[in-house]
Amino acid sequence: MRGGRGCADLLRSEVSMGDGMPEENGEGKKSGLVARVREDVKALKETVKVKGKKEIEGLKDPEKTQLYRSIFRFKHTEEPRNRALSVLSNVFFHLHPAKINRDATKYNYTWGMGGITFYLFIVLTFTGVLLMFYYHPTKVQAFRDILYLENDVPFGKLLRNMHRWAAHLMIIAVWLHMFRVFLTGSYKKPREFNWCVGVLLMVLTMLLSFTGYLLPDDQLGFWAVTVGTNMARATPLLGHEGPFGAQLGMTAYNDVRFALLGGSIVDANALLRAYIWHCIAIPLIAAVFMGVHFWRVRKDGGISGPAPVMLESEIKEEKGPRPVIMKPSGTQ
Amino acid sequence: MNWHQIWEVASAPDNVPIVALLFLVPFYCWYAFRQALANDRLIEKLEADPAAAKTAHRKTQPWNPKWEREVHTWPYLMRIELLAAILVTVLLMVWSITLNAPLEEPSNPNVTMNPAKAPWYFLGLQEMLVYFDPWIAGVVMPTLIIVGLMVIPYIDANPLGNGYYTYKQRKFAIWTFCAGFIGLWVAMIVIGTFIRGPGWMWFWPGQTWDASRVDFMVNRNLDQVMPFSVNGSLVKYLPGVTPAYAPILARTIFGIFPVGLFFIVASYGMYRLMTLTPFARKIFQRMSLLQIVTADLFLVLMVSLPIKIILRLVFVIKYVWVTPWFSI
Repeated sequence: MRGGRGCADLLRSEVSMGDGMPEENGEGKKSGLVARVREDVKALKETVKVKGKKEIEGLKDPEKTQLYRSIFRFKHTEEPRNRALSVLSNVFFHLHPAKINRDATKYNYTWGMGGITFYLFIVLTFTGVLLMFYYHPTKVQAFRDILYLENDVPFGKLLRNMHRWAAHLMIIAVWLHMFRVFLTGSYKKPREFNWCVGVLLMVLTMLLSFTGYLLPDDQLGFWAVTVGTNMARATPLLGHEGPFGAQLGMTAYNDVRFALLGGSIVDANALLRAYIWHCIAIPLIAAVFMGVHFWRVRKDGGISGPAPVMLESEIKEEKGPRPVIMKPSGTQ
Repeated sequence: MNWHQIWEVASAPDNVPIVALLFLVPFYCWYAFRQALANDRLIEKLEADPAAAKTAHRKTQPWNPKWEREVHTWPYLMRIELLAAILVTVLLMVWSITLNAPLEEPSNPNVTMNPAKAPWYFLGLQEMLVYFDPWIAGVVMPTLIIVGLMVIPYIDANPLGNGYYTYKQRKFAIWTFCAGFIGLWVAMIVIGTFIRGPGWMWFWPGQTWDASRVDFMVNRNLDQVMPFSVNGSLVKYLPGVTPAYAPILARTIFGIFPVGLFFIVASYGMYRLMTLTPFARKIFQRMSLLQIVTADLFLVLMVSLPIKIILRLVFVIKYVWVTPWFSI
């Protein structure tokens, strides 16, 4: 340790020994490292100034950054091409065509009930998943969970209410959708099959509502499901109290009602089965059918109207009745 | 007039959807028929003037030849959908904040609610239990409703009205669908909600729901109101028929006749309905035999419900056909 000078001096002298600069003595050695550092700092400052300026300029145009372009593939401006792309290149929107007949946007034609039904399905899925965090499908816990949810969980009451009322609204919307489709004749050729898929979706909606009804395990749900499943025991041939059921060996312990309830009474098994039907099985089936239903809407030509009116005199004569069943060779 | 009773029933949280239905169904009916009548006026105009029919714009919606026929879905459709979603969300939130979902006492198999009602969308089926046995009201009828709905596009041989509202071009279809949907389905739900009280007894709006009211009702079967007596006096002479079995066999055989008669008369009646007007006859000509038979069958089955309702409520007759295996 040299007196008075310290480590910096040590460093300087050691560095100056290795750098080969001829004027190296105490002062020269000092300027070696410091000068290097100073030069580097100066160069870096320049770089930062130049680059920084360029980049800040660049930030004024965020749409040209790599980050932005990796997410958004085209300019979101009002040109027709970009308007079409905003629908066609979006996984959620591309259910829609890029353009539709201007009259098809009229509310007094479609009533929007199909879309409202689908929106309510999404609301129900969202609120339903949130509800699942607070619910155990067991006889011991189910009812208490609802009480806990309503009274202790922040916004729990609102959540449960939203789920219940969205369910009722969805049933009403489904019925109004069916009514509208009927009144506009939108089940006629070429949309017959989609109408049938729609009927199935309506049945699934009502079954979803029915299975959900039991889950709070209160008197209302319990007895409603009892009434409903008691009707199942009267199924002809498959129910133990239905016509010819007893003759086929149906008892309360092996008929179709037993299959539904997982038992001969509405008890813990029935609750669990209702929970699984309600949360997993039926939503999955409904999602598949909804995919088919929306696909067919597009493939059948989109929203059916409002179409130009047809006159009675323009009905084309059929060349004989169209047979439902054809000969195996495909000919009539 | 017990207004409080009416309020109690109408404001029960789970009954609010039916109150909503009572407004929504008539509103949308009116909304649709407003369009239908406008279209019908246009159709009349075009039919009166064949030259105009060739060139006129065939829609009642506003039209300008300079306008483009198609508009971009973004923004024109998407913003309407966004608006609809916002409105539905607002409605849902207001509804959820003001009205609480029902939660009754914990389930107890030993204590039956009176009345024990199905969820409101199944009340139509539960109301049917008054008129039919469970296997019909709960299994056969719902299946027929679902299959019948699916069959509609295939039995409808009328090509008019495809994609627009009209009344005069589709009178039969509209009347039958509205009779089934509004006259039977929605009406039965309304009855099941507001009229049926404890014990599933009939309470007019304003009458207090009294669980201890006793309705004097005699359950009789059709074979008991005939001018002749169906007691087996004829069949007891058949070989193998014991005196105890004779009345049962007699009732089983008797029931075939009213049911058979109903099917024959109703089928013919539906045929007359399907061929009521010249236009209906024209469409009927286009129908294949399978279409005719299917349409007739479903219409007859559909009309069996109001007939049973009248038999039960007006003539106090429960069964028209009693057999050891089933009763109708």
